[in-house]
Amino acid sequence: MLQRVEHELHRRRRSRNIGLLVVLLAFVVLVFGLSVVKITQGDMMQGYDHRPRASMLPRDPNPPAPNAGPVAAPGTPAAVGGPDAAAGGQP
Amino acid sequence: MANINAYEGPADAGFGDYVALLKPRVMSLVVFTAFVGLWIAPQPVNPFVAFCAVLFIALGGGASGALNMWYDADIDAVMRRTAGRPVPAGRVTPQEALGLGIALSGLSVMMLGLAANWFAAGFLAFTIFFYAVIYTIWLKRSTPQNIVIGGAAGAFPPMIGWACATGGISIESLLMFALIFFWTPPHFWALALFMNDDYSKAGVPMLTVTHGRKVTRRHIFAYTLVLAPFAIWLGFTSVGGPLYLAVSVVLNALFILGGWRILCRDEEQAQADGYRVEKRYFRLSLYYTFLHFLALLLQHWVGGW
Repeated sequence: MLQRVEHELHRRRRSRNIGLLVVLLAFVVLVFGLSVVKITQGDMMQGYDHRPRASMLPRDPNPPAPNAGPVAAPGTPAAVGGPDAAAGGQP
Repeated sequence: MANINAYEGPADAGFGDYVALLKPRVMSLVVFTAFVGLWIAPQPVNPFVAFCAVLFIALGGGASGALNMWYDADIDAVMRRTAGRPVPAGRVTPQEALGLGIALSGLSVMMLGLAANWFAAGFLAFTIFFYAVIYTIWLKRSTPQNIVIGGAAGAFPPMIGWACATGGISIESLLMFALIFFWTPPHFWALALFMNDDYSKAGVPMLTVTHGRKVTRRHIFAYTLVLAPFAIWLGFTSVGGPLYLAVSVVLNALFILGGWRILCRDEEQAQADGYRVEKRYFRLSLYYTFLHFLALLLQHWVGGW
């Protein structure tokens, strides 16, 4: 025989389950909201991962101008042939 | 036929019982003072981050409340005021209270570190440790100065709030600490004067039990005198201003007057009128902290010196 009698015990358990559901949902909303705020504020989003990365260095307040005296990498035709080679490779 | 009542155990609590473990009334003071400490700090904080930080500070306070209820269940069962708490009433087992306290402590410290900064998180961890271990486990049952030490735990939240915004400690946050720290003993000793039976039954060494009521009255007045300069000093710092100073001077004058009246009475007089002066002083002490912190908030709003 199936009994469907609502007991005080069930009521207390339901209050506990619903309460926990609300708490967990609120926690999800909180973490999501914190993430949104932190990202839009531009906070540091990556930690040190045992490998130095240029993106982790603090921003240089006086960055060098983009084309201020380009230097050829060693071993390339521009470096071997001198300044003329850098200009076009032909004398 | 099986009876469903056979399964009804004492440990089947409703959600409200777990909320009660976190001492929501104490939490409300923590929320308010932590919020004021955070909001009046010189560095602005994003409102959502501020909301989360205050929430996690309150959760940390709640966690220490649960740890307190786990350890103090034997005392709570004896005292009329606390006999209805979930653990002594048998609705929540002490182990559950311990588990909830430890879990929420870890969660609140981690989340405060992620939301604000790790200095504030460390400060919160220290506060929980201070309240649960130093106060509840160690000193509450061994010295009549227990209230003074427990007061420190209650005085940390505005400092944590300040640390959330600034990442450190300064004279303003130390004075907010002093304001609550020196306010707590007279507040609780006034309560103990008209609730003495409970504490003596539980064997907690309350000053009224160990040194008598006359000494307690002297202590109340002495702490009121010590408190006033710190409260007024706060008015001359960067968070103070004419509004705060005016509120503080009036409240401290009333508080000292109340302390003086308590000092001048003896037990016969107090019993004759049902501890009317002590009860009024206790009520005033509730307004005292609330109005001080409200004045700080308003002063920040209208601008300080």
